Amino acid sequence: MDYLLNEQQVMIRDLARQIANEKIKPIAAKYDETEEFAWEIVKVLSDSDLFGIYIPEEYGGLGGGVLEMCIVAEELSKACGGIALGFAGTALGTYPILLYGNDEQKKRYLPDIAKGKKVAAFCITEAEAGSDAGGIKTTAKKDGDNYILNGTKQWITNAGEAEVYTVIAMTDKTKGARGASAFIVDKNMKGVDFGKKEKKLGIRSSATREVIFTDCKVPKANLISKEGMGFIVAMKTFDNSRPGVAAQALGIAQGALELAVDYSRKRVQFGQPISSFQAVQHMMADMATQIEAARALVYATARMVDSGAKNISKESSMAKLFASDVAMKVTVDAVQIFGGYGYMREYPIEKYMRDAKITQIYEGTNQVQRNVIAANLIKESIKEK
Amino acid sequence: MNIVVCIKQVPNTTDVKIDPVTNTLIRDGVESVINPFDAYAIEEGVRLKERFGGKVTVVTMGPPQAENALKEAISLGCDEAVLVSDRKFAGSDTWATSYTLSCAIKKIGVFDVIICGKQASDGDTAQVGPGISTHLDIPQVTYVKKIEDISNSKAKVERMTEEGYDIVETPLPCLFTVVKEINSPRIPSLKGMMKAKSAKIAKWNAEDIDADPKNLGLEGSPTRVVKIFTPPPRKGGEMLKGDAAEIAEKLGELLKDIIL
Repeated sequence: MDYLLNEQQVMIRDLARQIANEKIKPIAAKYDETEEFAWEIVKVLSDSDLFGIYIPEEYGGLGGGVLEMCIVAEELSKACGGIALGFAGTALGTYPILLYGNDEQKKRYLPDIAKGKKVAAFCITEAEAGSDAGGIKTTAKKDGDNYILNGTKQWITNAGEAEVYTVIAMTDKTKGARGASAFIVDKNMKGVDFGKKEKKLGIRSSATREVIFTDCKVPKANLISKEGMGFIVAMKTFDNSRPGVAAQALGIAQGALELAVDYSRKRVQFGQPISSFQAVQHMMADMATQIEAARALVYATARMVDSGAKNISKESSMAKLFASDVAMKVTVDAVQIFGGYGYMREYPIEKYMRDAKITQIYEGTNQVQRNVIAANLIKESIKEK
Repeated sequence: MNIVVCIKQVPNTTDVKIDPVTNTLIRDGVESVINPFDAYAIEEGVRLKERFGGKVTVVTMGPPQAENALKEAISLGCDEAVLVSDRKFAGSDTWATSYTLSCAIKKIGVFDVIICGKQASDGDTAQVGPGISTHLDIPQVTYVKKIEDISNSKAKVERMTEEGYDIVETPLPCLFTVVKEINSPRIPSLKGMMKAKSAKIAKWNAEDIDADPKNLGLEGSPTRVVKIFTPPPRKGGEMLKGDAAEIAEKLGELLKDIIL
């Protein structure tokens, strides 16, 4: 399918593809095994200017939008959904600043992120608060010109590796979700610690840790927007970042399909390649069709976000929901095409299935996405009457 | 420091076809790429600029479409590019080519280091780099695998040999040909690619570079190609079976057949 990308978008896609093929593919299995953070790829991405593609030119970026971010996330994820998170997780951590930061905050943080000098992370999830953001227990107490943060964030992507953390904490617990505020916290601020690195099913090269705040003094200048805006900052961030998760899922699915098609042509059973069996052909045809449908939805959503449309929650959730469900289904089928070999870790395909699963869970489970979609449907219906 | 990198566009295939009449390469219909060894030369030039400052000028002699190779070099960090192109250059052998390139480099003027790939993947002669240094009358070090240092108008480099490496010190200006062990070429940057898109490539013909016409092209080339062919593939070996005495006897018979 031709998505009529412009010249710069094609350039970005080809460059990300070259990096995925030449630099990430050869090392994906190694990092999956060692569970280390692939700094060598962060370096390549930063030297190639890719970290800055969705950041405005005035802050040192290339001035692209969510579509450009998605194109890169997709291409990198074709080679490794985990290593791609160094990029995509940084985008998630950067959106609060991009969307709601003031000029001074943007000037202070965005240029280093755009250059790839600093990786970013977004901290909202806690032990008892994931999809239910109102249950956040981390507090930010005002103390003169500072806020004092206390609490523990859990399962934070890029934690420990990132320099910049955007954190949602309660400035007024009595107000529930309306009492949440967003802050920018530097890694080197006193009172920032990290828990042990989590061992995960998939995306194992991505670093996932607790971020622990103990009387962490954050200057007032690092409050994003106003007190009480934290929940809105988080929701709008997700509206922008969910197409990125969808693109990651899309890349994982596409990467798995390519491996499966290639394998089916080489694997001979009953005297012929298994690609000549209709049972296998139909599986691959379904996989490809679902992926293309997902891509069409993801790109259309990204373009809608970039157009400046105001209400994007429904579409953003649809893209994330659909693409991640497709990724799960396609990667399961890809392992099936590989048969017994597919189950062996010596072959690359089982990793895609493990990596796909997280896309149905994080940045809001797919059940929560359905809630968002349904809530918007009902709201629209009421408005029409 | 002023660095000049010489590159060549080559067909992107190992299976090059040869015109049976002229005994030269058929380039039509084959995608052209930067000669793989020249990619290391570009990377090393850009790294020298990053280490010591200065600028990198990339030069190629070739048809108009060689401009693409120069733009790619700019996307990888080279600052300026020169395409030396003229119908009069057609049919140049390595002597005429290195003469032509040396004229272009003279026109560029100031240079401290010239870097070439050790050889091109199509012709495989490894003669143009050394040829340029000869025409310019400057020192050359071939098969360089590491540039240790450049200071006080001197360069200290490691030159690969079959058994190890030599450490060579040479005054500047000088010419290096580099091997693939020297670095790992980078991926272009987006800003580099955008710069390349709008980059102005200087185009020089035979007159521009003040070249002596009798040294150019087929006429200026002393080389006469009698025949180019692909050597037949080596046949597999034969394993002799049996005990030591039997094998020795069979081997003796075989040797006799070959020698006598």
